[in-house]
Amino acid sequence: MGKPRVAFFDFACCEGCQLQVANMGEDLLAVLGAIDVVEFREVMSEKGEYDIAIIEGSITTSRDVERIKKIRQKAKVLMAYGSCATIGGVNGMKNNFELDHIRRYVYKDAAKYFETIPTRAVHQVVPVDYFVNGCPIYIPEFVKALKCALIGIPYKVPDHAVCVECKLNENECLYDKGLTCLGPVTKAGCNSWCVNHNNICYGCRGMVTNPAENGARDILEKYKIPMPWVENKMNMYNKVREHDEKEEAHGKKC
Amino acid sequence: MGRNVSVNVEYLTRVEGHGNIVVNVQNGVLEKCELDIIESPRFFEGMLRGRSIFEAQHITCRICGICSCGHTLASIQAAEDAIGLKPSRQTTELRKFLLHMETLDSHILHIYLLVAPDLLGVKSFVPLIDTHHEVVRRALRMKKGCNDVCDILVGRHVHPISSIVGGFTKLPREKELDAMRDILFKMRPDMEETVKLAATFRFPHLERETECIALVNDTDEYPFLEGDIGSTDGKRWKKQDYRKVTNEFTVPHSSAKFCKASRDSYRVGALARFNLNAEKLHPKAKAAADAIGLKPIVTNPYLNTAAQLVECVHCLEDAIRILEAFKKKGVDQSEAVIVGLNETGRIKVRAGSGVGAVEVPRGILFHHYEVDAAGKIVNANCVIPTGQNLNNIEYDMKKLVPEMLDKTDEEITLGLEMLVRAYDPCISCSAHFLNVKFINR
Repeated sequence: MGKPRVAFFDFACCEGCQLQVANMGEDLLAVLGAIDVVEFREVMSEKGEYDIAIIEGSITTSRDVERIKKIRQKAKVLMAYGSCATIGGVNGMKNNFELDHIRRYVYKDAAKYFETIPTRAVHQVVPVDYFVNGCPIYIPEFVKALKCALIGIPYKVPDHAVCVECKLNENECLYDKGLTCLGPVTKAGCNSWCVNHNNICYGCRGMVTNPAENGARDILEKYKIPMPWVENKMNMYNKVREHDEKEEAHGKKC
Repeated sequence: MGRNVSVNVEYLTRVEGHGNIVVNVQNGVLEKCELDIIESPRFFEGMLRGRSIFEAQHITCRICGICSCGHTLASIQAAEDAIGLKPSRQTTELRKFLLHMETLDSHILHIYLLVAPDLLGVKSFVPLIDTHHEVVRRALRMKKGCNDVCDILVGRHVHPISSIVGGFTKLPREKELDAMRDILFKMRPDMEETVKLAATFRFPHLERETECIALVNDTDEYPFLEGDIGSTDGKRWKKQDYRKVTNEFTVPHSSAKFCKASRDSYRVGALARFNLNAEKLHPKAKAAADAIGLKPIVTNPYLNTAAQLVECVHCLEDAIRILEAFKKKGVDQSEAVIVGLNETGRIKVRAGSGVGAVEVPRGILFHHYEVDAAGKIVNANCVIPTGQNLNNIEYDMKKLVPEMLDKTDEEITLGLEMLVRAYDPCISCSAHFLNVKFINR
């Protein structure tokens, strides 16, 4: 049996996730030994047929919609990786604004040449088989998910809070330092990367599906943190979740 | 000679971002020669409005994964300029060190994985894994070294965690300084091999004299982080006057927003920096320039890759110098800053306007923010190096094509692709990148 053919594609993003893959150093050669990379535009000129499509970036134009649909048709397995692809990421902040206004703000008279639609995550346009969240992706998780895809078993993004990993790493709680952190409502799996380096969690891995709402409310009350402040922080990466909520209201679960 | 040539390269590969090249020669006359940008616009400058100035760096470093540290540092510089915060000497030295790591990492990626395949006659680095195994391993090892250093210093290279307005949330301790120094010491033999390899590269010929723009200063330091804006045409501007340099303008026939300073176009990046500041390079970098025969003023655009190599040597050696100095005097841990200082009002904000001008791998990068009295961003503007180079690339392409008309279409296409790749364009940075092809002209 031949090696599975893997193609990497990017949509609206910073290409930092494919760089994370390239940054694996010599370990990259081990990954390349298990798969046959047929498309990776940033470093390759070759193009070909593929079994697994790995998608980076958000869907932000009607051209993107057509392109991702074609990729989905060709791919047996589709993986979305990075915040832009899995939850809309920072591209979602665009949806806080009226699209015509933000287009004119950035591109002035030439705005009409820059078609744009509300930012969406990949699964909001086509079905996704594997998710690897995070901005950027956490390489150990990517390798785990890729292995699952190669042997054909599901990979599930942890659905408990970053706090669980943060406690295991023995970090002091940022709320006790008088700071706001999205760890309590954000999906784990990054080994509390940012908090380990004395920063806060910005929610780049997406919200847990069943957050302890009362507990979170108690925390906000205890530390006197206004709700709009937290919402503003959540909307840095997670604005696009509103599309999911609309879908759920219509009874169509993604 | 009535030669017709039609080149249409869709999805230009081995550049960071999405671009098309379109060339049309009718009866031996060049009618169209364009580099089209097809990256989906992301509207970063628009999205920043209303956000806290302390969030700007976190958001704008995500403009580009490759120049993430460069965007971080330009953003921080603009923010600190706007609110009137002066970083400490220690912070500035650590920022220079961080920038060296990114420049080294990015140049290595470009030289080995993006350009070398052209010079060795293959489509990508993948076939080189078999034919030039040691070369590929060396490239990946060097990249990994840069990344490991960034992991130690700022948590990771792609979207650094601990570098924020005011300084660093976490500072390296003695054993971390040692670990970083060990990694860089181990990189020295690989760097020597890299210089030897580059000396064997035969770059294509094309000569076109142009204006070069980069940071300049009055010290003996090769400037990446601090300085005024300088030009090989002898001009000098304060960074706050960056708009007088970029002069973004629209071309009537294409609606493309181009940049020009003193002439029709200008170049930024490693070759521009080399042409302006070569005498300030580290002695080992000067020796590398001699070994590959690079002397200012260089006018062959393909040699940007050679200038990148010279900068690799400089960045490695200067990074080691910075670490050695910290080893001697130690790192003052009391300078660590607490994130979210704004939330508790510990850093004073004021209404104002600030500019960051930083030399990132592909050239000079400008961030400009206006903030209100509460520290909220009112206006934002980013002018990226590739945007500034675009006009210059087109002038180079227009010079190249007529010189290649006796070659096959494939050779012309490859020559153009290699030319564009030599600039190491980073189109994912297209925060605002105005180059649109009209369908009906």
